[in-house]
Amino acid sequence: MKEIVKQDVQTIIDRYATKNVYLHLETTNGAYASHFDQSFFSASAYIRNASVTYKQGKIQGQGPYRVGLELEIGWIYAEGLTHYVINENDEFILMGLNYEGKIAVTLQLSEQPFQHN
Amino acid sequence: MYDERHVLVIFPHPDDEAYGVSGTIAGQIAKGTPVTYACLTLGEMGRNVGNPPIATRESLREIRKRELFEAAESMGLEDLRMLGYRDKTLEFLDDGVLKQLVLNLIDELNPSVVISFYPEHGVHPDHDATSAAVRDALAEIDSTKRPRFWGIAITKDDPEIEYSVKPFINQKISTIKAHDSQFGTMFREYEKRYLAGEQEVSERLENERFHVYSFDDE
Repeated sequence: MKEIVKQDVQTIIDRYATKNVYLHLETTNGAYASHFDQSFFSASAYIRNASVTYKQGKIQGQGPYRVGLELEIGWIYAEGLTHYVINENDEFILMGLNYEGKIAVTLQLSEQPFQHN
Repeated sequence: MYDERHVLVIFPHPDDEAYGVSGTIAGQIAKGTPVTYACLTLGEMGRNVGNPPIATRESLREIRKRELFEAAESMGLEDLRMLGYRDKTLEFLDDGVLKQLVLNLIDELNPSVVISFYPEHGVHPDHDATSAAVRDALAEIDSTKRPRFWGIAITKDDPEIEYSVKPFINQKISTIKAHDSQFGTMFREYEKRYLAGEQEVSERLENERFHVYSFDDE
């Protein structure tokens, strides 16, 4: 995993376009956020192995980055992305690590389903 | 350390045992008590991936599994059960699934005490789903045969049970260190304070505390 190089990520986004892919998308502030700070409104969302096909997509920003993927009838979007890798299982992983190095957001694409129990 | 027939520990995440129970596990094993640790998930949705990052969302699962094996080895634990549920989903499982899992474990192992989180005081939804399942399972067992239920509470003071695990502090520290992806940075600092003899840190690490859950029919 390394820090995002915008052009590299754009090339990978283009490569997955128009293919049927599996999506993992999450945002998280941790289960303890409101425990440590009662004024903090804890919110997160998570989807794993949604089957999608996007027409085209873009990476934007100067870092942290935003990625948007245009579906036939909708959109996928993530903000705060900082790192990426294509791992040994050929999974394309984009992660946003916060200032403490903790996962805040992930957007992942793969032609095979992600591990599931 | 109490005399037990069999100790059953049930937590949702690898590392939930480290700070609060690993001294007890190591101590009971040293006494020859059979101990089973059932870990419901592999903590694959954790936010800590090391700093600088050594894991991704996808590799965290295997890393934490290895760390859990290493933790078990540190405690001398042989009966480690990884139940394979997914991190952060326990509260959404179908009704009764976890309760039945707990009943099956109790049926098989006949423990004299079950250790988990204390119901409704675990903060994390997985903690509270786990402790609710333990509570509901134990409530179904006849009070004369029911194992005791000790809970770790995050939001409740004055635990009824507190004892020293100092003779097993090395095993405990190794257990905490085994979960490097989760505690690495934080614990390195904490261990320094412990080795420097800081009173508050020694007090925390060398003692373990439990709230005893009482059932209505007891």
